[in-house]
Amino acid sequence: MSGDSAASAPGRSGARPERPVGRKRPGSRWGRFLESGLLLQGGVKGSPVIRLFMRWVRRPLLPVMRLWRRNIQLKVVVTTLLMSLGVVLLLGFVVIGQVRNGLLDAKVKASQSQATGGFAVAKQRADEAASGTGDDVATADGRTAQNVSEWMSDLVSSLSSGGQGAFDVVTLPASDEDGAGGRGQRASGEVDWNRSVPADLRERIGSSTTAAQSYTRITYNNATKEPQPGLVVGKQVNDPNGDPYQLYYLFPLTQEEKSLSLVKGTLATAGLFVVVLLGAIAWLVVRQVVTPVRMAAGIAERLSAGRLQERMKVTGEDDIARLGEAFNKMAQNLQLKISQLEDLSRMQRRFVSDVSHELRTPLTTVRMAADVIHEARVDFDPITARSAELLADQLDRFESLLADLLEISRFDAGAAALEAEPIDLRDVVRRVVSGAEPLAERKGTRIRMLGDQQPVVAEADARRVERVLRNLVVNAVEHGEGKDVVVKLAAAGGAVAVAVRDYGVGLKPGEATRVFSRFWRADPARARTTGGTGLGLSIALEDARLHGGWLQAWGEPGGGSQFRLTLPRTADEPLRGSPIPLEPKDSRRNRGLDDAGLPSGGGDGEKRATVPAQPVSGPVPQGTKRDPIPPRVAPTADPTALPGNGSRVVPRPASGMRRRNEAAGAEQPAPGGVSGPEGTGRDEEAGGRAGRDPVENGPRDEDDGSVGPGGREAEPGDVDRQGEASRGR
Amino acid sequence: MMSFMKGRVLVVDDDTALAEMLGIVLRGEGFEPSFVADGDKALAAFREAKPDLVLLDLMLPGRDGIEVCRLIRAESGVPIVMLTAKSDTVDVVVGLESGADDYIVKPFKPKELVARIRARLRRSEEPAPEQLAIGDLVIDVAGHSVKRDGQSIALTPLEFDLLVALARKPWQVFTREVLLEQVWGYRHAADTRLVNVHVQRLRSKVEKDPEKPEIVVTVRGVGYKAGPS
Repeated sequence: MSGDSAASAPGRSGARPERPVGRKRPGSRWGRFLESGLLLQGGVKGSPVIRLFMRWVRRPLLPVMRLWRRNIQLKVVVTTLLMSLGVVLLLGFVVIGQVRNGLLDAKVKASQSQATGGFAVAKQRADEAASGTGDDVATADGRTAQNVSEWMSDLVSSLSSGGQGAFDVVTLPASDEDGAGGRGQRASGEVDWNRSVPADLRERIGSSTTAAQSYTRITYNNATKEPQPGLVVGKQVNDPNGDPYQLYYLFPLTQEEKSLSLVKGTLATAGLFVVVLLGAIAWLVVRQVVTPVRMAAGIAERLSAGRLQERMKVTGEDDIARLGEAFNKMAQNLQLKISQLEDLSRMQRRFVSDVSHELRTPLTTVRMAADVIHEARVDFDPITARSAELLADQLDRFESLLADLLEISRFDAGAAALEAEPIDLRDVVRRVVSGAEPLAERKGTRIRMLGDQQPVVAEADARRVERVLRNLVVNAVEHGEGKDVVVKLAAAGGAVAVAVRDYGVGLKPGEATRVFSRFWRADPARARTTGGTGLGLSIALEDARLHGGWLQAWGEPGGGSQFRLTLPRTADEPLRGSPIPLEPKDSRRNRGLDDAGLPSGGGDGEKRATVPAQPVSGPVPQGTKRDPIPPRVAPTADPTALPGNGSRVVPRPASGMRRRNEAAGAEQPAPGGVSGPEGTGRDEEAGGRAGRDPVENGPRDEDDGSVGPGGREAEPGDVDRQGEASRGR
Repeated sequence: MMSFMKGRVLVVDDDTALAEMLGIVLRGEGFEPSFVADGDKALAAFREAKPDLVLLDLMLPGRDGIEVCRLIRAESGVPIVMLTAKSDTVDVVVGLESGADDYIVKPFKPKELVARIRARLRRSEEPAPEQLAIGDLVIDVAGHSVKRDGQSIALTPLEFDLLVALARKPWQVFTREVLLEQVWGYRHAADTRLVNVHVQRLRSKVEKDPEKPEIVVTVRGVGYKAGPS
């Protein structure tokens, strides 16, 4: 049942106090109202007090709302209860109305005939009295009045004696002002005539000679007698003197009321039973449907948890059984497919592993032979000697490739096991740095360590972490172009991090994620000069994952790159953040911002001056240099821009960027091994960046020249910062 | 100490090319290699050749390397170095547990192999008249014997070296890396499983109750040290 129908049901009737669910229902309606109408739309525009109040009201209802949302059985039962209650109430009102009308109609008819008879009697008696005393009508007023008074008392008592208890008789003067004498009020049965006869009835009777009737409450002068509902029938008649007076018959409706309340009670009881029974029936029926559905859900959960042999129990041939059969068939096919794929992948992994192993024995022989030849190369002629050298070198490479391949296949097979114990990452870093020193010296690079004042302890596999860091440091040195490499350590919260920063060629947009791909090369045209298997970072990424950690890269062309390894402090703790920002503080954009003290858009003019002075490796087209304003962001291509962070988004006409891209694409011969126009890559990147980890950064050419030889071209770098910002907060 | 001693090396390997290449390298380094290609014949060859060291391929036809290792170890403490293509599998641990002193992963460089062999052979010929005590054990370093209450305990040279290294500095806690360097001769951090397995083997021989070691004590998170004497 949908939430809408459930929500509409409460609107049907006002009061339903007797069911326990009645307490919940207004709550959920309230909550729904808040949810849909106010809170979710952010529509509470009023003061924080109101918002606070809303939250205060809402909080205790949350569990109820959750139950409501999650439990279809509850929804159906509650809805059924409410709707059947509405139907029963409607039905009850109609039935009660009809019964009352029937009862009253009969009573009214009986009363009218009774009263008509009474009026006739009164008239007759008056006529009799008038003819009997007709002679002395004019003689003495006082006596006549005396007589009329007596006559009237007699009349009332005689009229009322006809229906002891069934009705009472009241006479009233025709008008209030001549209430004196014998034509005063008489009432049988201690009826309080003044309150029992409605004033408007008296007026109506006074103004016409026909009989009239009205409902009233008959009250009594005797306090012990309860007032009761009644019917008043009255008529203006003449007394023996020919003066008009009003004669009323008062019929109590006690009996009818009793009958009516009996009917009401019966109906209410029946209605209550019907409602409750309907609720119970709904519960039972829904349970019949919901139980298999819940079973299916539970089994689907177990299936997705990997227990592929789980099946539903199928009984009968109804729709539920069909669901079960279809479900089981699906599960079976799924199991079959999965096991097929598993077999395939196992075979493939096995094959890779076997190949790697089978290659090893002959490789060992070749390796040893090559080494023997290599040792003896001084005795050879130069060509053979060089060949021996090449042979030995390439065998090294082949060997490490094989080792990496094997390692990757181990990860793929899920055979990699973490041997985590608390280690101080500073020791690992120091080992790695000292191991990389020879290479760094050759390259003229200095490796600096930051943040090693305090221990940086984490539960980790020292061998793997060392492998990761060695890879990062060696990469940084190799791609650092002789500039400093900074290894930074930090610990915060439940995480430790090591960031390796270089100031070399950096990374192009999009490369920061691709560097982790297997056999990926930054540039096919260039990369072969440096060794490496192309698997190092893939293995490093797998190592980081095995720890439950992250390995991420950031880079800007010409501005260097930073690789950050973040590990949880304890092995089973999930990572929430990293102590080191992925984009280093001294990235060009960050420095630009800091130097100017302004959003980077405002600092352009200042930096523009430094652009021509920056050291540029490789030919940079004049067009690029002269165009000083890097188009930061094409607004259309910036899906990650935050509205609240707008100061950083400096929309530029897209045409400016196009022009640049064209210039770059046409004129720029890719210094430092950058191949092809970056502009094309950038555009496709900008769109795809929103969902990606914002590890990449755009290159920009407002570099101040102290680091990085790049500055090949401008790039809307702010896209990335926006991404970083949105992710970080 | 770096006197290049000559030694007889038995190469147990079924790959003839590799065996021949090993022979070339070993001869070039001054060793006297002998060869056997079949696991079933390995023990007989071992008895006949009386080598100073055995190079044993784990994957052999007939009896596999593990079994051969166990048989050799049952009758001799001669150093055994395994050749294996798989460094990460249980093979290595099983091989070490069955008595191998060290292992070397294919493909290896000749220098590496020679260094491993030298490291193993050097240990067994280093005379130093020295008497050490560890727990209730008395170690005669020169005589290469360990005694408890006058009863001699048979240890392989490697186990003996391990015990001596610990006993020489009973105040010091040895990390696994330090032990690898001192006992196995590894310059760089290597597989710490070597240490773990051999400490277990050593304990099973010298401890009264290997479950509650008193001679070689584990220092959690650091390594091992000699128990109080």
